[in-house]
Amino acid sequence: MMLFGYRLPMMSSLLVWCLIWEIVGRLDLMFLIPPLSSVVVAMVELIQTKQFLTATAVTLRSFVVGMVLAIVAGVALGVLMGRFRAADRLLGMWVNLFVSAPLSALVPILMILFGLGDATIVATVFLFAVWIIALDTQAGVKHISGSLVEMSRSFGASQRDVYLKILLWAALPEILAGIRLGMIRGVKGVVIGQLLVSVIGYGELFELYSRNFLMERFWALTILVFAFAILVSELVGAIEKRVEYYAGVRQ
Amino acid sequence: MPAALPRIHERTMPAIRDNIVEVRGLSKFYGGFQALKEIDLDFPEGELISLLGPSGCGKTTLLKMIAGLLEPSAGQVFVKGKAVTGPGPERAFVFQDFALMPWATVLRNVAFGLELRGTPKPERHETARRYIAEVGLAGFEERYPHELSGGMRQRVGLARALAVNADVLLMDEPFSAVDEQTRRKFQEDLLHLRRVQRKTFIFVTHSIEEAVYVSDRIVLLSRRPGRVSRIIEPDIPRDGTPDEIRRDRRYLDTVEDIWDGLKQFVD
Repeated sequence: MMLFGYRLPMMSSLLVWCLIWEIVGRLDLMFLIPPLSSVVVAMVELIQTKQFLTATAVTLRSFVVGMVLAIVAGVALGVLMGRFRAADRLLGMWVNLFVSAPLSALVPILMILFGLGDATIVATVFLFAVWIIALDTQAGVKHISGSLVEMSRSFGASQRDVYLKILLWAALPEILAGIRLGMIRGVKGVVIGQLLVSVIGYGELFELYSRNFLMERFWALTILVFAFAILVSELVGAIEKRVEYYAGVRQ
Repeated sequence: MPAALPRIHERTMPAIRDNIVEVRGLSKFYGGFQALKEIDLDFPEGELISLLGPSGCGKTTLLKMIAGLLEPSAGQVFVKGKAVTGPGPERAFVFQDFALMPWATVLRNVAFGLELRGTPKPERHETARRYIAEVGLAGFEERYPHELSGGMRQRVGLARALAVNADVLLMDEPFSAVDEQTRRKFQEDLLHLRRVQRKTFIFVTHSIEEAVYVSDRIVLLSRRPGRVSRIIEPDIPRDGTPDEIRRDRRYLDTVEDIWDGLKQFVD
């Protein structure tokens, strides 16, 4: 970006916003917004506390377990729906419904089912992420050119070969797009789940900080969670770019 | 089956020619639409036979039934005397749209048929390299399909079909998606390949010139429903240069003759 004839570095708009935050914070308008500098100091303190490290471990574990389950189930469901019209008819409407439904409303039911523990958080992550993965996988599998499957069959591929060596690979760009969107939803799921359960992981910390008006800590944790969401999405995005070359080959 | 006419041939013909592929009473319906009607055909071993006809005459359908990729509604296909129930190792297919795996290198694409058969990696890569060199793509083993031109991609498709060492090569309009110069080069290569490989080629095309130029035998299909309307054995010299052949009276007459027969199907 250019401003008054000067080339501005990439992150300069972010710097402007940081500056505004700092000024608003220092004006002491609201106790909700402490200056950014003190939030950063709080962040440095926070990441050294044992409480934070334990919460991070618990949160990451729930996120990873939930995501792995969601990817396995979502891809399987998507392939099923992409290959068999009956499966699409039977399950398609539910998948489409859950993709756009406010799933937070279901978390209290999950709490009844799975108790106030990690299982509920894993289930929430799964529930948030699985549908978009299934939907994108289905789109990918549906648009594979028939000749690749025909080719593999003509060279003697078994059903298993067709799925593992052709379908999954041919649909990989869409599957990865689904996983990226699923991960963003999964981060939401882990935070919302923990907030509602409010006795584990970051949920407990958020609850603690906001109830005791520890706003520096609260914002520090928020920034960390946001950064994590962006990071995982960028990570999958980078993998997506690597497989982009063959998306261009298909029509 | 008309008697074989004497031909100028570099290859020594066996005294008795066996039919490697036999098609008996083959019909295909798509819903209420009949694509092919009671096709009876013999494909002698070692020949290059073209299936020629207007678009929609079912020539690709016929080829895919021989490949075992489509199931006939009636009738049977026999390959080496055995009824076809699906794809088999004695047949290999070359696809019109190449059907290469975009995520795999040229090497893996060419070795894919062997990979599916469970051939160990070093062995199948060695075979693949040999055929990659044979189709003139040595040095491109580690490239990806999107880095190659259309003509080069079809060479990969051809190498993949050759690598499994099938007796019958089924080619579905293999040169229709490449430009004219590449196409002519391909036709020369095909004739060369036919001389050096002891294989049977079944070749689908909609180009009369191409069929006459490369074939030992041309099966002319009519349309709606597809039936065998004529079988032609072009009696053209094979020992001249490509230009001489294309200017040869017998070549031109055969093209003209087929065109006269096909005119009626043009709508």
